[in-house]
Amino acid sequence: MRWTTLLAVLMIALGCWSLPATAASSDGDVPTSAQSGRITDTDTWRAIRQGEAGFISGQPEQRGQLIQSEGEAWRAARNGKLAWYGGLALVGVVLAIGAFYLIRGKIMIEGGPSGRQILRFNKMERIGHWLTAGSFLVLAVTGLNLMFGRWLLEPIIGKTLFSWLAWAGKWLHNLSGFVFIAGLVVIFVLWAKDNLWDRYDLGWILHGGGLLKKGDHPPAAKFNFGQKTQFWMVIVIGTLVSSTGVSLLFPFTFADMAGMQVMHLIHAALAVLMVMAILGHIYIGTIGMEGASTAVTTGYVDRKWASLHHSVWVEETEAKEPKAAE
Amino acid sequence: MARMKFLCDAERCIHCSGCVTACKNEHEVPWGINRRRVVTINDGKPGQRSLSVACMHCSDAPCMAVCPVDCFYQTNDGIVLHNKDLCIGCGYCFYACPFGAPQYPSTGNFGGRGKMDKCTFCAGGPEEDHSKAELEKYGRNRIAEGKLPLCAEMCATKALLAGDGDMVSTIYRERVMARGFGSGAAGWGHAYGKKG
Repeated sequence: MRWTTLLAVLMIALGCWSLPATAASSDGDVPTSAQSGRITDTDTWRAIRQGEAGFISGQPEQRGQLIQSEGEAWRAARNGKLAWYGGLALVGVVLAIGAFYLIRGKIMIEGGPSGRQILRFNKMERIGHWLTAGSFLVLAVTGLNLMFGRWLLEPIIGKTLFSWLAWAGKWLHNLSGFVFIAGLVVIFVLWAKDNLWDRYDLGWILHGGGLLKKGDHPPAAKFNFGQKTQFWMVIVIGTLVSSTGVSLLFPFTFADMAGMQVMHLIHAALAVLMVMAILGHIYIGTIGMEGASTAVTTGYVDRKWASLHHSVWVEETEAKEPKAAE
Repeated sequence: MARMKFLCDAERCIHCSGCVTACKNEHEVPWGINRRRVVTINDGKPGQRSLSVACMHCSDAPCMAVCPVDCFYQTNDGIVLHNKDLCIGCGYCFYACPFGAPQYPSTGNFGGRGKMDKCTFCAGGPEEDHSKAELEKYGRNRIAEGKLPLCAEMCATKALLAGDGDMVSTIYRERVMARGFGSGAAGWGHAYGKKG
């Protein structure tokens, strides 16, 4: 027998030996449905519930996700905690400012204005202030409208008018964001150096800023510690609100769905904080204090006001330019 | 009162996309927008399943809850509809929706998404029934004609069911009993879990 024949015989023998085994496995012994993938098992359903994405043809790939549960959490946070705590905090701040006004009253220039003007903010500084402030007012009003308008304004003015206002507000919000960013850059460049910690700040803090009792005026340079806090709040929170805002303006360019939801919550929560702080700033700059508001309108303040609130700054300014006070 | 629901039977869907095409043609949905989509999971592997998804017309609809202009409303049949004249295209409904149902005609930078579009359960919108305005903004109103959504009507394998929730459940339950496997109504927990 040649070796090839032997090999052939062996192969046939092996084949015959293995045949019954194959036959037995299909002899009424159906593979279980789990093995054949016939049943949609619980793992598959769980994966779908947890956001498993599948294959989709002819449509954007992102639409392959079947269920997006994070939206529920986003909704709960926005309509729940954010709307309620944010709303209550804003009302709280307004009430606190009102109470402060009733108790402390308008802070007057003691002995009345001197009549002599001193330049506090030059034209560039005023432009920087109003780029930031003007755009912030628009952003705050239109932003709060998106958050609370449906519950506060829409029942009064009706759906059609409200929808038009919200639409216009959305565009104003989207465009003034860039003005706000420009304003942030300008005020940072102009004022950052005047907002660093100096030797008068501790005294100002210990005196409670002189807000607590009449006639108390701790010395301060160009900006006191309260203004410095406000400044860095605007820079830091403003930058965070701006960057999240820009990412919301370009949906899904910088973040995915979960990212967009988180950005929106950060944007809205920080914006509420900023509005609260700015309400205090607007109060003390206008109805809360005599002689303060002209600093950002005409740029000039009364020399008496300046010497009470920014004594060191007056001395420094007059030392540099003796005629500036005239 | 009937409560309208969709149900896609994963054991029957063959990913023919007939529902997508039927919807697009019936409502003359603009280019780039598909109110319905078919997704295949475990594609090419054991356990491959396809599901057809659109707006599920949720009981406690997240889109309705987050809309800043309150443009959504729910009909007595539980169908969630919206008013495109009020929509400002903010995209909030898309962030909230578990099913990715809301669609926008443009890409969305600078808030330029346009008016949101989504499945209407073939029930049109707030315009007068069968008016030109309704057709142009929302598509046809089959519900007003006493008909059910075309996607489900056209489904070749009757995987996609649409209609009264109780009826849909009954048909599905009988199917599951008869075949002895394949229960699990996709998305019902999210859409109708909170109430009826």
